[in-house]
Amino acid sequence: MKQPDTPNHSYYRSLTRKMILIVIIVSLTPFILVTGIILEQFQSSYQEKVRHHLKELILKHQQNIDGFLNERLSDLRFFSKSFSLEELRSETFLQEKLIGLKREYNAVYEDIGLINVDGFQVTYAGPFGLASALYSQADWFKKAITKEFYISDVFLGLRGIPHFIIAVKQDRQGDDWILRTTIDFKAFNSLVESIRIGKTGSAFILNKAGEFQTTPQAGAVADKETYMLLLDKIAKTKDGIDMIEKADEAGRESIFVAASLKHGDWLLVYRQDAADAYADFNRTRKIALTIFLLGALAIITMALLVSKRMVRRIAKADREKEMMNQQVIETGKLASIGELAAGIAHEINNPVAIMVEEAGWIQDLLSEEEFAQSENLEEFNRALKQINTQGKRCKEITHKLLSFARKTDPRVHAVQINSLIEEVVGISDQRAKFSNVSIKTDLDPDLPLTEVSPTEFQQVFLNLINNALDAMEKKGGTLTINSRREDDHVVFSVSDNGPGIPKEYLARIFDPFFTTKPVGKGTGLGLSICFGIVKKIGGEIDVRSVLDEGTTFEVKLPISKSVPAKSAGTD
Amino acid sequence: MPIAQVLLVDDEVPFVETMTKRLSKRDLQVVAAFSGKESLEKLQEIPEIEVVILDVKMPEMDGIEALREIKRNFPLTEVIMLTGHATVETGIEGMKLGAFDYLMKPCDIENLLAKVKAAAAKKRSHDEKIIAARLKEITSRRP
Repeated sequence: MKQPDTPNHSYYRSLTRKMILIVIIVSLTPFILVTGIILEQFQSSYQEKVRHHLKELILKHQQNIDGFLNERLSDLRFFSKSFSLEELRSETFLQEKLIGLKREYNAVYEDIGLINVDGFQVTYAGPFGLASALYSQADWFKKAITKEFYISDVFLGLRGIPHFIIAVKQDRQGDDWILRTTIDFKAFNSLVESIRIGKTGSAFILNKAGEFQTTPQAGAVADKETYMLLLDKIAKTKDGIDMIEKADEAGRESIFVAASLKHGDWLLVYRQDAADAYADFNRTRKIALTIFLLGALAIITMALLVSKRMVRRIAKADREKEMMNQQVIETGKLASIGELAAGIAHEINNPVAIMVEEAGWIQDLLSEEEFAQSENLEEFNRALKQINTQGKRCKEITHKLLSFARKTDPRVHAVQINSLIEEVVGISDQRAKFSNVSIKTDLDPDLPLTEVSPTEFQQVFLNLINNALDAMEKKGGTLTINSRREDDHVVFSVSDNGPGIPKEYLARIFDPFFTTKPVGKGTGLGLSICFGIVKKIGGEIDVRSVLDEGTTFEVKLPISKSVPAKSAGTD
Repeated sequence: MPIAQVLLVDDEVPFVETMTKRLSKRDLQVVAAFSGKESLEKLQEIPEIEVVILDVKMPEMDGIEALREIKRNFPLTEVIMLTGHATVETGIEGMKLGAFDYLMKPCDIENLLAKVKAAAAKKRSHDEKIIAARLKEITSRRP
């Protein structure tokens, strides 16, 4: 009989939930903490490193470019100082020197020209045919004529092509002469263009007014505001390098690193997508998060599985404990009944004895002379004898009950089970007659001894007989008990011709609490106790049944070892 | 002369009364007691009692204890135990303590009678032996 499911079910469900929750919390919390903390630490230190690295890079490039400019300037100054005015005024001379410069410096110098204090280009060597050009109104000239040397911003100029110039002023023979050279924009640009880091990093140069001096990469544009901000920041820094993280015009988070060039006239700006710069970290973070999610998933799944399994085990153990308790209670009940029976038997014997004695006394008196002629004398005697007989019967019944109810002695010794069977049959006789059942016994008289506990065996037997009687209660029938020897086993069977047991019950019939009797009539423990006792002795119990024909229980018990083994022939 | 002098001890009054009547009709001299204590008193009063029929289960002093006391104080008196609750153990214990025999209630009166006779015979034979021994002792004394 299954335990009522509902209260236990919700109890076990809540137990499962609690277990799952605890496991998840305990496992995930440190996991989350560790992952979170490590990621955070890593992120800040990584970002720091990246920024530092970029700054270093820009510093290098700043030095590079500044170095380039200074070198060109020095070259020109040296050049200027090395030659006299006459030499410089010669066009062929200048052209020769230009070729030499170009050769030496890899075509960085585009052209070279000598300009007088009025802005008139006296001599010109170069591809643009700018001889005799007038620069008196040019911006650069106005500035160059006032300084020792001058490097201009990038501008289109007379030639209509972006370029910038380096100009050196020198006093020759009392006048200021300017020697000017144009730097190949492409060459300069490539210096800056070649600064590429990562996938999206690129650099460009701006002047103080925010105008581009080199061609910026496509898309690497930010609004003037950012540049002004950078300029501002840089003005405040010591080494002229600083960094901002902001969204560019396209809305992408970018890192801008800037360095001042040409003594603050120009700004070298390097821009990179933040995602690109931090690519490594972002990848690591993705990996970590993936691992975390998978791990968390695994933990949750395991928590669910393990908890469910655990709770199932607990439920099973609880059920077994419940069964155990029930068995203990049943045993206790039986013990109490035994004690009760003993008390009752004694109580009954005394009144019965008194009745028998009184009847006997009457008999004694009737033997007196005065009753000899009484017509009913025979009848009196017969009746009194009957009382005597019935009294003896009471005695037998109570004696049988008492001998059965004596404290169960589990000690095993070699017994002849036939006598035990007969005792139990005697007890059940009355009930059988009541239910219209006739008991037939067919016991092998040469049955060898078996090692059993007599009281336990009788319990098994009584159980089987009672079950058979219960089955045949309505219509009556025949109960056949048979004992025989089979090889080295003693086999006895209890057969009835009652309604039989349906096939689907046969498998469960020895299960504890399994009963087909109505509530209160049977505990369902009888057969399971039988099973336990038989198994304990080392025997086997089996059942066969055919619906509407009957049921047979068969018990096999090992023969007592003290009995010599059956020999093949006669001794 | 009665077949024997008998003390019947049982706490069930009707039983004792009817038993007394029946045994008296069969030529036994019956004295009744309803408790272990009373039985000892009666034995003290009437030394002629030869056989005691003793119920095992009695309140206060139970049969076994009474048996012990009887055997201690009146060792020659034979005791037949009547047990109403079929414990073989008490019967055997009684025999170990010196009871002559034990019977189960309800008992067959003729059976009981036979046992009483045998117990009385035993006692008398003991008595005679004792008397004979004493006589011998007296007669063999040197003047």
